Amino acid sequence: MIRSLTYLAALGALVLGGGLWLTAPERVDPDALSGLVGVPARGKAVFDAGGCASCHAAEGATGEARLILSGGRAFATPFGTFRAPNISQDPDHGIGDWGLADLVDAMRYGTSPQGQHYYPAFPYAAYSRATLQDIADLQAYLVTLPADATPDQPHDLGFPFTIRRGLGLWKALYLDDEWTVTGDLTEAETRGRYLAEALGHCAECHTPRGPLGGLARERWMGGAPNPSGSGTIPNITPARLDWSEADILAYFTSGFTPEYDTAGGSMADVVQNLAQLPEADRAALAAYLKRLAPVD
Amino acid sequence: MTKGLSIIGAVLGLAIAAGAATGQDAQQKALNDATKARQAQMQLYAFNLGQLGAMAKGDVAYDSAAASAAATNLASLARLDQSRLWPEGSDEMGVEGSRTLPALWENLPDVMSKGSDLVTAATAMEAAAGTDLASLQAAMGAVGGSCGACHKAYRVPSN
Repeated sequence: MIRSLTYLAALGALVLGGGLWLTAPERVDPDALSGLVGVPARGKAVFDAGGCASCHAAEGATGEARLILSGGRAFATPFGTFRAPNISQDPDHGIGDWGLADLVDAMRYGTSPQGQHYYPAFPYAAYSRATLQDIADLQAYLVTLPADATPDQPHDLGFPFTIRRGLGLWKALYLDDEWTVTGDLTEAETRGRYLAEALGHCAECHTPRGPLGGLARERWMGGAPNPSGSGTIPNITPARLDWSEADILAYFTSGFTPEYDTAGGSMADVVQNLAQLPEADRAALAAYLKRLAPVD
Repeated sequence: MTKGLSIIGAVLGLAIAAGAATGQDAQQKALNDATKARQAQMQLYAFNLGQLGAMAKGDVAYDSAAASAAATNLASLARLDQSRLWPEGSDEMGVEGSRTLPALWENLPDVMSKGSDLVTAATAMEAAAGTDLASLQAAMGAVGGSCGACHKAYRVPSN
């Protein structure tokens, strides 16, 4: 009896320990960052490709106001309502006191400076593939942007999603640095893949999710219900999107579809960001889209 | 006598009801017509943008005269007096086929400012289109941006 209790206790400790180990937030090895020097001008391209302003600028902000990253935008999802935090340079309400390691921990591991898991509404499952140099450049650009003292609004989530520690399991399932489109890619397609799968996080909306909120990679870019609103996000694989590369490039540049209608919904914001990128990057994205496996 | 009065009353009542119905029909028709007219204007924008866009994309060889003509049309369309094209009530609920959000009528100063952004962008295109292909291409973005800004704020998404 006592022996079986001991076994049980040992088993319990093991499960608990395993669970704690499995769910512990990860951080970058500081040695990996030594010698990295960020360049603000390159960081602006990372900022635009990553679409930071689309979520972190105030709702409805246009023009220069999109560089005030005060947060506050609400995203209603099946798990509850997430609110984008302030990532401006305010040291108290924003991320003005962050070092490079903090930004790398956030973007590549979804880990906050306090060692907590971020919710994956922040698309670190894509940013995990970003190069350290790009994150260093982004950091160098972010520090040139204004500070704003708007306090963060709390997320509004239901149990059990309120337990952040549980996100460790989600990360164990879905966080990796593998590419989805593989094979023999041209230089442009490889660049397009980096922009789409790492920085641009296109799949976060264009790929359907499983019951736990992980991307269903076998239906990569095959269209999905709108994650924060009504309607659907379109299938952009060659099975459905029959636009030429020139059509796609024009859409990313001016927002015009081949029928000369305009991008709607969240995609209007995305086009606004993409239009800032070098044309070669937009062309690379178009080339990448043509390499997607068709999803019916 | 009583019977005669009640017949007159009934006829009068019918006439009033019919008048009200006619008034309602006329009002609805006015909303429908205005919606159709502005949608036709959008079609004209799209047609002329198509001429410019085909050159910008390289689908069609650049032709300075054709580009100028399309850009002049675009700018003329943008400058048309649209004050009668957007009667209140011609929103997605009020008119079948309308995708205009009621918010448009709650934010008229913003709508006007977005409209004047389009005039600015179309005027710039008018100057650029006949110059050379690079100028035309460079001017497309601002036109698209101004169209999209209004659509994003005041149009029901298509999906």
